[in-house]
Amino acid sequence: MEENLLKTCLYDKHVALGALMSPFGGFIMPIQYTSITDEHNAVRHAAGMFDVSHMGEIFVSGPDAEKFVNHIFSNNVTGIPEGKILYGMMLYPSGTVVDDLLVYKEFQPDHFLLVVNASNIAKDYEWICAQKEGYDVEVVNASDTWGEIALQGPQAEKFAVGTLGLAPAADLGFYTYYEAEWKGQRMVVSRTGYTGEDGFEIYCSHEAVNEIWDMLLAAGVVPCGLGCRDTLRFEAGLPLYGHELSDEITPLEAGLGMFVKVKDKEEFIGRDAIAAQKEAGLARKIVGIELHDKAIPRAGYPVEVNGQQVGIVTTGYRSISTDRSVCVAMIDKAYTELGTEVEVRIRKKVFPGTVCKKRFYETNYKK
Amino acid sequence: MAKTVEGLYYSESHEWVKVEGDVAVIGITDYAQHSMGDLSYVDMPEVDDELEAGDEFGAVESVKAASDLYSPVSGTVIEVNEELEDAPELLNEDAFANWIIKVKMTDRSELEGLMDAAAYEAMCAEA
Repeated sequence: MEENLLKTCLYDKHVALGALMSPFGGFIMPIQYTSITDEHNAVRHAAGMFDVSHMGEIFVSGPDAEKFVNHIFSNNVTGIPEGKILYGMMLYPSGTVVDDLLVYKEFQPDHFLLVVNASNIAKDYEWICAQKEGYDVEVVNASDTWGEIALQGPQAEKFAVGTLGLAPAADLGFYTYYEAEWKGQRMVVSRTGYTGEDGFEIYCSHEAVNEIWDMLLAAGVVPCGLGCRDTLRFEAGLPLYGHELSDEITPLEAGLGMFVKVKDKEEFIGRDAIAAQKEAGLARKIVGIELHDKAIPRAGYPVEVNGQQVGIVTTGYRSISTDRSVCVAMIDKAYTELGTEVEVRIRKKVFPGTVCKKRFYETNYKK
Repeated sequence: MAKTVEGLYYSESHEWVKVEGDVAVIGITDYAQHSMGDLSYVDMPEVDDELEAGDEFGAVESVKAASDLYSPVSGTVIEVNEELEDAPELLNEDAFANWIIKVKMTDRSELEGLMDAAAYEAMCAEA
């Protein structure tokens, strides 16, 4: 855990705020400032901000950029308008997942920004570079020079416009962005997030991140750690690489088939494996499970039926917004029907639960 | 600074024991509740469960993590604190005023292997 942990450009501010710091994805990151519950509720009911400068920014450009991104990305970027963002995955030929990511179509022809998970930056960059033979593209990993703040919650727009002066942010549709400037430096502002609430992700220089953080803090936006980032994304049914997605899990198994364009695209890495899996049917699938008891299911706990293990919990919590003990779990297809009764083994006991939808909280995105 | 209470026995795994005759009243320390943060669930054993010293008898859980509880003594569970089922936050409010289980001890000499308040404070200070 101690191996050369990286610090984001806001590290000193986190420490000064008294944050509990812990390793995540190769970085030393704030887990909470005061309480996961309070920070979670701030995002659901007001506005919170996250230092997500650990995320990776990889730029792909060149005459073959669109063709190349389509080759490595499961979603379809063909002809998407400038300022549009797509979620999807990079797949291995086996159909399992290198990483899940956002692709931003930049405001110049043949330019794309790929935003990837912190823990996978080096792996992704290497993977992307290894696929580019025969494509006339330039791939630049700019993760070290870009910072990022996620401003999330029903009041996010008010603070983006009122506090930061980002008036055009109000007009952004969900999963679109615009090019802004902060004191003459490039800034990307998108209506995206990882919480199930409305909000923005702001990419800019380290210097700008520090200024924006201070302004939002002074305006009353609650600083939020990765602890509540996980409880929020979990309730909203959003996957986390390493839990619901991995190099051993396909997007179909994770219930994310809509982001894999097997029909629309004739070729991309992993396409044949996904097409074959669609044809053959799934052996296992990620579902939600609600326990009837207050016991808390957690990642790694076995899911059982009649004493036999049929799966494993990938993420679980006592859901803060719904006050229910719920989890998502990868289980054998035979038990994935909604309403199926299963059990989760928690330490020495088993607790009955019911298979349900994996989104536990009604999301509030601005369409 | 986490507080301690004089006259109790303390385990390395952050349980406290208050002796009432041959009954051990067991809870978690202020240090333990503080390091866990807001507690959302307390997993407790059943009355009549037999425990050996060192056995896991349940867990306290925060939003983020579960922390196992270990019995500092051997014996039979004679009572569990049912108040904690609906109000685990009582442990955050006052960890020493809110016990978790009561165990009828079978071997009082096991108490000698536990720490007093000063020794426990010293252990926490080193952590």
